[in-house]
Amino acid sequence: MTNDRPRKPERISRPRWAVYGEKLLEGVIRLSGVSAIIFVLSIFFFIFREAAPVLVSEAFELGQFLFSTEWYPTSALNVRYGTFALTVGTASVTVLAMILAVPMGLGAAIYISEFCGPRVRETLKIVIEMLSAIPSVVWGFIGLTVMSKLIVRYTGAPVGVNVLNGGIILALMSVPIIVSIGEDALKAVPDTYREAGLALGATRWQLVYRVLVPAARNGLLAAVLLGVGRAVGETMAVLMATGHAVTIPHGILDSVRTLTANIAAELGEAPAGSDHYRVLFLTGVLLFSITFVVNLTADLVIRGIRKK
Amino acid sequence: MTPAQTRPHPRRIAEGLALLTACALVACAPSGGGGGDDGGSTIIQNKGSDTMVNVAQVWAEEYHAVEPEVEVEVSGGGSGVGIAALIRGAVDIANASRDMKPQEMEAAEKNTGKAPKEFTVGYDALAVYVHKDNPLDEIELSKLAAIYVEGGSVTRWSQLGVTIPGVSDDTIVRVSRQSSSGTYEFFRDHVLEKQDFALGSRDLNGSKEVVELVSSTPTAIGYSGMGYATEHVKILRLASEAGGPAFEPSVENTNNRSYPLARSLHLYTLGEPEGAVKTYIDWILSPAGQKVVEDSGYVPLATDTADAEPEPTTDSEEGSTEN
Repeated sequence: MTNDRPRKPERISRPRWAVYGEKLLEGVIRLSGVSAIIFVLSIFFFIFREAAPVLVSEAFELGQFLFSTEWYPTSALNVRYGTFALTVGTASVTVLAMILAVPMGLGAAIYISEFCGPRVRETLKIVIEMLSAIPSVVWGFIGLTVMSKLIVRYTGAPVGVNVLNGGIILALMSVPIIVSIGEDALKAVPDTYREAGLALGATRWQLVYRVLVPAARNGLLAAVLLGVGRAVGETMAVLMATGHAVTIPHGILDSVRTLTANIAAELGEAPAGSDHYRVLFLTGVLLFSITFVVNLTADLVIRGIRKK
Repeated sequence: MTPAQTRPHPRRIAEGLALLTACALVACAPSGGGGGDDGGSTIIQNKGSDTMVNVAQVWAEEYHAVEPEVEVEVSGGGSGVGIAALIRGAVDIANASRDMKPQEMEAAEKNTGKAPKEFTVGYDALAVYVHKDNPLDEIELSKLAAIYVEGGSVTRWSQLGVTIPGVSDDTIVRVSRQSSSGTYEFFRDHVLEKQDFALGSRDLNGSKEVVELVSSTPTAIGYSGMGYATEHVKILRLASEAGGPAFEPSVENTNNRSYPLARSLHLYTLGEPEGAVKTYIDWILSPAGQKVVEDSGYVPLATDTADAEPEPTTDSEEGSTEN
């Protein structure tokens, strides 16, 4: 053990275990860092591996899968796997949810960050965190029992489980995310900006929309997109609140079925390895691609903003 | 400071780490497969039809009182889900409100090496429900098919000559079941003659949900097991042909086959049942088990054939295909 010591005799060296220990820790931290990539790639790989064989099956056509509204996976006479109505269902519920949630969420974030006193702020933050902790099945139950009756009473819709119901429920679920991330983004704007604005004689409102919102727009956009992600991926609540009907909606009072709800409802019955089972996994790939495109667009938009 | 003094530390730390990892591994290791013998009691896994889930639950509870050593774990999901689980060998008994298909039989035999065995444990009449304010009292099967089938001609109540009180838009709200449901397949095979349902129906995940949605929607029509009737809905009388006599789903009309949508309720096991599963199924076929069927709103096996299982199965199948 002491044989290798004389090489650097005059240096006070750290004990060898500390050097190796540090290397090891560095490795562990690096692994945690890249683990996200590994997980995403392996999830995509496994989903795609389950789905891939159907792409060459003769009962399947990609054009039909993407653009046909006819979803008849268990038909006795003519099996058709068209997911267009499901994609439109997901899109309609998500868009409505965002129309409701974005103004409300960003407004709440601005209020909490800029306008309210410290005591109100703490209370609000705790309550909003509690809101985000409500399980989605509870939201679905509220949609199914409370919201659907209100919708029938005030809109005259024949059935209360529809796009409007799902949109409201998803908006309520996305708002806490938008608020907490949006508030963080506004918090991150340096106080010198606020002081400079006030020194120039800006009112509070001018300060918000001329200084703070532009300065924090990347963070605010991220908040909105995480909200979109939550809405697109949500399953249980939309399964219960949207009425589960395969159709292109003509208004917000029509029932729809979303991609996620369809997978949840049908995967249990589909015999493993059958075409139906593989098409459901392919629906998962489709969902994955949609979120990927949303995130990529967001990334490009943010970069575009940065370059200006 | 000499290396000799510091060295013990890393070893101790390493040992500690190794110990921790070992503990974590042990904790993460899958605990032995559930089911089977567990401290003397036997667990029977039972899954399938939503139509039968209530009656299966009562069977399980009453049987537990008779035979405290045996626990029956009941879950629903639909006949297709139960049969898929049987094919995987994940359950002891699958409940089904439809017949197991030949290719499912083959899949089960290929997968587990045992051919599924069928037990008919009772009959159900599939009831057609409308809202209690709907003036319609009876309907023939062809009209029902025209409402539900893909490309069907009937989309409004006025086309059937029906005016729903207090409703401006009389578009028929079709309530259906998810495609794993045995009720869904039975309706498709016997009302739509194997053609597909029109898209856009509300496909609900349970027999009870269908009745609930119909009870709160004046323009709705739905189908579900007769055991799920409540005072908020009306059951339509069904006629096999236009102008023919219409029958309500009752015990007599189901037993004498005059109601057109009667079907058998089955249990499936992998191979000939043995031990606790066998005694459980024998108990279900006994008068005590059949009383549960009757109390749950379904039709028990005719008393003289309750003990001999194979004959009533084939009888009932011929009976239902004639209709």
